[in-house]
Amino acid sequence: MTVLETRELTAFYGDFQALFGISFALEEGETVAIIGANGAGKSTFLKAIAGLLPRPAAAVRLDGRDIGALPAFEIVKLGVALVPEGRRLFPSLSVEENLLVGAYGRRLDGPWSLAAIYRLFPVLEERRQAPSTTLSGGQQQMVAIGRSLMSNPRILLCDELSLGLAPIVIRDIYAALADIKARGTSVVLVEQDLVHAMSVADRAYCFMEGRVSLTGRPKDLTREAIHAAYFGL
Amino acid sequence: MRPGGTKPAGSGEGGHRRPRFAVSRATRASTVTALLAVPMVLLLFALPAFAGRALLQELFYVFTMLTLAQLWNLLAGCAGLMSVGQQAFVGVGAYALFAFTVIGGLDAAAAIVLGGAVAGIVALPAALIVFRLRGAYFAIGTWVVAEVCRLVLAQVKQLGGGTGTSLSPEVASSMIGLDFVRSFFQVRGSAARDMLTYWLALALALVTFFLVYKLLRSRYGLALSAIGDSEAAAESVGVDVFRTKLMIYVVTAIVTGMAGALIFLQKARISPDAAFSLIDWTAYVIFIVVIGGIGTMEGPIIGVAIFYLLQYYLAALGSWYLILLGALAILLMLFAPSGVWGVISHAFGLDLFPVRRRLIPLGVAGNDTKPQS
Amino acid sequence: MLGWIDTLLQGVLLGGLYSLYATGLSVIFGIMRLVNLAHGDLIVLAAFLILAAAAAGVPIVLAFAIVVPLMFVAGYALQSVLLNRALGRNILPPLLITFGLSIIVQNGLLESFSADSRRLHVGALESASLPLGGGIAVGLMPLLCLVSAIAVIILLNGVFYRTALGRAFRATSDDVEIAQLMGINNKSIYAVTMGIALAICAVAGLFLGARANFDPSIGPARLLYAFEAVIIGGLGSLWGTLAGGIVVGVAQTVGAHINPEWQILSGHVAFLIVLVIRPRGLFPRAVD
Repeated sequence: MTVLETRELTAFYGDFQALFGISFALEEGETVAIIGANGAGKSTFLKAIAGLLPRPAAAVRLDGRDIGALPAFEIVKLGVALVPEGRRLFPSLSVEENLLVGAYGRRLDGPWSLAAIYRLFPVLEERRQAPSTTLSGGQQQMVAIGRSLMSNPRILLCDELSLGLAPIVIRDIYAALADIKARGTSVVLVEQDLVHAMSVADRAYCFMEGRVSLTGRPKDLTREAIHAAYFGL
Repeated sequence: MRPGGTKPAGSGEGGHRRPRFAVSRATRASTVTALLAVPMVLLLFALPAFAGRALLQELFYVFTMLTLAQLWNLLAGCAGLMSVGQQAFVGVGAYALFAFTVIGGLDAAAAIVLGGAVAGIVALPAALIVFRLRGAYFAIGTWVVAEVCRLVLAQVKQLGGGTGTSLSPEVASSMIGLDFVRSFFQVRGSAARDMLTYWLALALALVTFFLVYKLLRSRYGLALSAIGDSEAAAESVGVDVFRTKLMIYVVTAIVTGMAGALIFLQKARISPDAAFSLIDWTAYVIFIVVIGGIGTMEGPIIGVAIFYLLQYYLAALGSWYLILLGALAILLMLFAPSGVWGVISHAFGLDLFPVRRRLIPLGVAGNDTKPQS
Repeated sequence: MLGWIDTLLQGVLLGGLYSLYATGLSVIFGIMRLVNLAHGDLIVLAAFLILAAAAAGVPIVLAFAIVVPLMFVAGYALQSVLLNRALGRNILPPLLITFGLSIIVQNGLLESFSADSRRLHVGALESASLPLGGGIAVGLMPLLCLVSAIAVIILLNGVFYRTALGRAFRATSDDVEIAQLMGINNKSIYAVTMGIALAICAVAGLFLGARANFDPSIGPARLLYAFEAVIIGGLGSLWGTLAGGIVVGVAQTVGAHINPEWQILSGHVAFLIVLVIRPRGLFPRAVD
């Protein structure tokens, strides 16, 4: 069943057009990767779905219902959570407070709670009272993910989870992602790390200059095809 | 937006297809306006020959408010320095004039210029202090500076202290050029003074106009645009943000001071509350700029005309008049933030006093683009 | 010597009043990056509302208890209807709207109540005083004012640091875009913030009117004192705002002690000095 789809989604930053009619679908329980070069519009795409950018009302549908006209804080309550690029934790809140604030727009039916997040990321429990700014990049990413999980999302949008992190930390993050997937959450993963992205995704889209340049199952996509779609050569 | 339209991806930088451009500023409307303005200005200069004193006094008010409005527009609309403390320089310039004439015995016309200079001198340390603040806090900071000026000058007993003082008849009647006007037009001293101050006000308004116009059309104008968009970005391309802002702040203070000196020369009476009045020299000025169209050259002109009409017909309402002005300002900000001129110029694509540069492509075959503005 | 101790004491008590003026301003700026130029006039409005209720026969404590929630609602409405529409990157619209509001409130009060000087009568409290020994006494009303200022700060900090709503406030203040991703409706938060600020204005208005005479024109000066207290104290800290208020209060009483005509000027000069030597204030906390 298609839980999330976009139809001819366009997005602008002022006069600058970042997305030129993206059509996309996410099935329940699926993990879809979105890859592409910098500036291809991947983050813009997630922001548009999450409601941080203005978009046409019928361009984004959740469970068959148009949500394009809804503001971001309503969309979270419908079960779509975005883990933003660059973590963007709240600097004046502690680790635990960052997690708790994620529960502000929480859906009641779901497995996630503070205790569950601490089980997923035990290191956070040790540093629960610390100011969020004193954590390492990897730990901050864990807080960012945990914060979004606290709203019990059905769909998790992840923007560049591995950005700026060491390989060993990325491994831990992706291990947690497997746990999240196992609970039935549908995931849209924007990644520059092709290897990791393709290893966990059921399907992939490649973006180039605001358009979809390639789509398919990872095992069906050849390196040459991906290369061409990524760089447009 | 790239000039010349979008190149097809992968076409590379083909030399023979490179479009050529001319940089132009004039629009058809601006040329027409410039031609019409000349006879109008000449008419205004000739007015005292056949107009009554009342009209001259009304126009004096219009020209001085126009001067203040143009200056505030430059400061807040173009440089982004939203000051609610310009009354500081009106008052300082005015008090300097009184000090130089009453105490110093100088000619009033010279005192006007000196009034501007003193205001400029006060503006320097004031700027260094208030520039530490940003945005709305900067605004209130300028207000505090104005209050300090008011409270300090209210302590100066030689200039009347808290109750103020008047300009003696000897001073008022000894201005340079006054004798000439008296004999040439065959009028009494006070009428001659009205004529002279009228010409000075008109001249000041025109000088201010050209000063602002030239400034905005110069490198400084571009720097201001850049600063308004992003100070950090402007710094990174070499704009000295601090010095540019300082220069604008001090220059507007000088001319504001001159306007203040002229205004109170004509009134011939000063007091701290009048000289540093927030309502008269800031609230009304802001209203004029906002209703006309902030950030444009045409805005203050339209604004002062509308404000004058409102003032003429409605000022008798007292507090209700002020309530109306406040409500108008709020409605404007909500529904027409670019002011009357903004609405007109947007609707008709007019630009009477163009400040921006436009690119006009010069006939490249195959390029189907309109000139970008 | 006694004169100076008394001067300092009066300055601290005055600082309590200025802190009440400033706390609402501080909260609005901290959460919304907005400065309400009508803030001082709204304090005066609250004083007049309490006056009107008292004139209608309502006991002053009850009048106060009615005006506080009334002002909260007014603030909520002001933000929802007017200011939420104008918030954005440009600082000009909210500044001009609140400037226009300031003029409307002042002149509205002028039309409704005339320019006469008024006073809120609080019965026996007005002249009651607490002897501190050594010949020094403090007025009970000013003392109550300082205590209220402290109580308001404790209450606000309690909300900000111990409740879910408080977390939402702080998150909105940190990063309004990401706060929305948490399900926080920033426009709602702003409206509640403005409501809280105006409720504090009501408290300030009570003490303004009880301590001294007031009339429709004194609003702008209150705004300046409030603003000075916030800047001296440092952005982002409510206790800092209390300290800032006390600095302004003490500067004013010390100045007045030297020459009564210098009271207000001394406060402004103290502010300018702090701005020059410590531009971020005495106890800055927030990173803007």
